[in-house]
Amino acid sequence: MTGQISKYIKSFTLWELLKGLSLTGKYFVSGNITIQYPEEKTPQSHRFRGLHALRRYPNGEERCIACKLCEAVCPALAITIDSEQRADGTRRTSRYDIDLFKCIFCGFCEEACPVDSIVETRIFEYHFENRGEQIMTKDKLLAIGDKYEEQIAADRAADSAFR
Amino acid sequence: MDALILTVWSLVKIVLVLVPLILCVAYLTLAERKVIGSMQVRVGPNRVGFKGLGQPFADVFKLLCKEIIIPTNASRFLFLTAPILSLAPALAAWAVIPFADGWQIADINAGLIYVLAMTSLGVYGVILAGWASNSKYAFLGAMRSAAQIVAYEIAMGFALVGVLMMAGSLNLGDIVRAQSGGFFSWYLFPLFPLAIVYFISGVAETNRAPFDVAEGESEIVAGFHVDYSGFGFALFFLAEYANMIMIAALTAILFLGGWMSPIDGWGDGIHWFLIKTAALLFVFLWLRATFPRYRYDQIMRLGWKVFIPVTIVWIAVIGFAIYFEVGPWFGTVRSGGL
Repeated sequence: MTGQISKYIKSFTLWELLKGLSLTGKYFVSGNITIQYPEEKTPQSHRFRGLHALRRYPNGEERCIACKLCEAVCPALAITIDSEQRADGTRRTSRYDIDLFKCIFCGFCEEACPVDSIVETRIFEYHFENRGEQIMTKDKLLAIGDKYEEQIAADRAADSAFR
Repeated sequence: MDALILTVWSLVKIVLVLVPLILCVAYLTLAERKVIGSMQVRVGPNRVGFKGLGQPFADVFKLLCKEIIIPTNASRFLFLTAPILSLAPALAAWAVIPFADGWQIADINAGLIYVLAMTSLGVYGVILAGWASNSKYAFLGAMRSAAQIVAYEIAMGFALVGVLMMAGSLNLGDIVRAQSGGFFSWYLFPLFPLAIVYFISGVAETNRAPFDVAEGESEIVAGFHVDYSGFGFALFFLAEYANMIMIAALTAILFLGGWMSPIDGWGDGIHWFLIKTAALLFVFLWLRATFPRYRYDQIMRLGWKVFIPVTIVWIAVIGFAIYFEVGPWFGTVRSGGL
């Protein structure tokens, strides 16, 4: 009986509705947390796994020794490597392709690499306009590495204590 | 000559009311998206023009550029008439709204009845749209809308009877004038349950959330206007928002003292009317941001089994209070009104 009465009082004072309204009202005045993407960006981790790059040594020699560990470890079979002996007797890649449609950005290639050659950068805003452009060739990867070397090196240094 | 002047003057007044009204409708859609966005911790549209202020016009131009599709099996004449039937009463009802003392297009004695008639006529647009579309979803939406309007019209009418008894007049201007003397003499307080019932019925009557089963996006796609595109859709949109402003303005006039200032001596004027209307419109948006859609049978239950008894009981209470001249509000009623 009392339960019935309190139920009536509750529904006629619109108690539950006012509770709901106060909740949305609170959020209305609390201000929003939206980040306006092209103008504002969220902070990125130095471990961010974005577009790949091939690095060089400071003397300009490419790091990759065509050990094919990345090709072996790649769970998506996105990496294709051909190798050859160069004139100076060192072993280098003649072909280093990453198919970005296959790549799952797991970062295993980066972890497997004994010479820190293949890395994943912070770049995540890129697009393709033609069929076939998703294949990142050795030249393209090296160009990215050259362009962002400073950032890549800084990120590796920041993470070195945990490796 | 006099007739000509009267005609021209009336037309000028109509334009003076309708143009700002249409602009208000446009910006109400933006305000709705902004307010609901804010309540959901978003920002809402902010790309078109300064802070998104161009958004309503972008929407209108988009709708006007769209192809108008008339379904093959639709009743062509009714299909095209329905949006007009929906919009025309929504605009016509503004004829008797007093924006300030004497500021109304037509100062007629049966203003309240006229408004009630006009707001009820709007449902014909909805029903015809659903019927003429010859689509099961549209038809379901129309049926729901019709049943809902019938249920809530009664509660709304009873709520207005309370106002009538207090003011002793059907003239909207007289009703506002009867509420002069600070916010304590507004009808909101003696008629509190009726004011709440009236406002909620108004929300139901305009098919707004949480009573928007006539649209019911998740169940019957878009209800009665599912087959409308382009300009027809824009007209329904316009009618819905014009009706919203209408109900907010009526609530302000009937229960919140219209153009009267909340504190006696602060100067009455149209700004008080606009502030009250805007506040009530905010409540409309607030309700939509907060409540999920009512289930259909719950809407019927609320209308028939809660609102109508509540209003009848309160009318009886007011009747006794007025007859025996009790309380701070009812003592003076008999000499002034009935």
